[in-house]
Amino acid sequence: MSWPVASDDLATLGEKIVAGSAGALSGCSVAFGELSLMSSAGRIVEALTYLRDSPELRLHQLIDIAGVDYPDRARRFEVVYHLLSHAKNLRARVKIETDEDTPVPTVTGVHPCADWYEREAFDMYGIFFDGHPDLRRILTDYGFHGHPLRKDFPMTGYVELRYDDELKRVVYEPVKAVEWRSWDFLSPWEGAERVPLPGDEKSEGAK
Amino acid sequence: MSADGEVSLTSETPVRKFNINFGPQHPAAHGVLRLVLELDGELVERVDPHIGLLHRGTEKLIEARPYQQTIPYFDRLDYVAPMNQEHAYVLAIEKLLGAQVPIRGSLIRVLYSEMGRILNHLLNVTTQAMDVGALTPPLWGFEQREKLMVFYERASGARLHANYFRVGGVRQDLSEALVRDISDWCDNFPKVLGDIDKLITGNRIFKQRNVDIGKVTAEEAYKWGFSGVMLRGSNVAWDLRRNQPYEGYDDFEFDIPLGVHGDCYDRYLCRMEEMRQSTRIMKQACERLQKTPGLVLSDDHKIAAPRRGEMKRSMEALIHHFKLFTEGYRTPPGEVYACVEAPKGEFGVYLVSDGTNTPYRCKIRAPGFPHLMAMDWMNRGHMLADVSAILGSLDIVFGEIDR
Repeated sequence: MSWPVASDDLATLGEKIVAGSAGALSGCSVAFGELSLMSSAGRIVEALTYLRDSPELRLHQLIDIAGVDYPDRARRFEVVYHLLSHAKNLRARVKIETDEDTPVPTVTGVHPCADWYEREAFDMYGIFFDGHPDLRRILTDYGFHGHPLRKDFPMTGYVELRYDDELKRVVYEPVKAVEWRSWDFLSPWEGAERVPLPGDEKSEGAK
Repeated sequence: MSADGEVSLTSETPVRKFNINFGPQHPAAHGVLRLVLELDGELVERVDPHIGLLHRGTEKLIEARPYQQTIPYFDRLDYVAPMNQEHAYVLAIEKLLGAQVPIRGSLIRVLYSEMGRILNHLLNVTTQAMDVGALTPPLWGFEQREKLMVFYERASGARLHANYFRVGGVRQDLSEALVRDISDWCDNFPKVLGDIDKLITGNRIFKQRNVDIGKVTAEEAYKWGFSGVMLRGSNVAWDLRRNQPYEGYDDFEFDIPLGVHGDCYDRYLCRMEEMRQSTRIMKQACERLQKTPGLVLSDDHKIAAPRRGEMKRSMEALIHHFKLFTEGYRTPPGEVYACVEAPKGEFGVYLVSDGTNTPYRCKIRAPGFPHLMAMDWMNRGHMLADVSAILGSLDIVFGEIDR
């Protein structure tokens, strides 16, 4: 397939994929020239197997697994699988939703390289992967508590460490740093909404 | 003693299991890697890499800052070839915004991306030689790296953490003298590379340590998420610059070297040839730069900062500057994935935007991550001494793996 694939072709392809997936994929959308497919946590293994083995797609390489946190949603986590086909020169992403308690079936059986990606999503978000051979933390410290990329995890964290010269070892302490300063810069770019100044109501009426 | 008076010797136990901690301060660990090795005598039975010793929470930090202020974080990922990472990130934002890059800006990007590739391969190839016992190659290679870093400095003001790429182009134009100097360097470099080649490629010890070590078939490379040289070393013709061209790479003449056996030695050969091809691309970029005057940064001041001179004269430019460096710009809601052929493989950025001036989520796909994951099965059945050879050929930098 030539690159980049036109959005219309992608949309047609996406619908064909969804139709051929026997219900494992529930929908598709094309935005910014990229194809996104929706699936459900229960059928993700089936969906990725279909995408890998289907002779027209051969999305046989798992590029990445990303967790995304939306605390306002009923099921707060999204797990995003990025796939690549070398044979068809095609990219696609598959998205599923889950929450803190519902485990997602592991896809290490379909793509062995999901191993560390799932460990990372578990470490960063606390998403559980059912059937994963070795679901340990991967990037954070030994004995770390919490899941740092969740939106409700503070930027400064909860503990800081320093070398204690008396104990001759590294010690953990609650964070003493100044509060994280987060400024709101989101004033409107193209002119603010005008609030009449006190005593200036006449000019509003004159308009 | 037994009842009949003979001395019964307990037979010597054949089990010689060892657990060895490799790193995190081992010079051949290429940074801060802790490998827990399970050995049977000298044979490796299992490798458990413990990573994250350099984890800085880059993704979390990026979520709290306007887009423009997050570009420097990408220099600190793969600090051996900083601009290639910036490239993927600005491509992702440009995809979201639909921003255009002036042709001269994109030529400079190509020039510096290829420079990054040479920086990276020079480091990797020569330290791989050092891992298996040679000391001279790094000294020769680092001399050239030093020259390239001066080019980095002359363009961006920084030797390493350049922060040079901007959404819509690059920070500032290159001087004529700099383009000429880079072009001259491109003429001289193949000779130096030839010297390094003579020093390592035919070397008996280097071959003994690398040929047929850490073999990867094409099928395994697909399965384990390999990209870049790790894929091409296994005879898979796949290069994003050619297969999914970005930044006008399809206008350049270059070849893509492929390995045949998929062992450490073939990957080394691929990297050597890629350096020659990158020099070719750099030379072409220099020639085109000399003929293409013009803007290097988009003149859309909603996303790209105005020049200092403009700000002295134009009130509008001053306002744009102020808004850009406080609020920044907003991106339309949505999600994009942009990737480049970084020296180590496919470096991708998955950006989720919620329509504000900061990324809602920025997932960095580091090529080294799946490569290091493969340490376990690649090392099984090899000798302890091969661990450092295989690790060297994986091209690992912890900045990007630990993020």
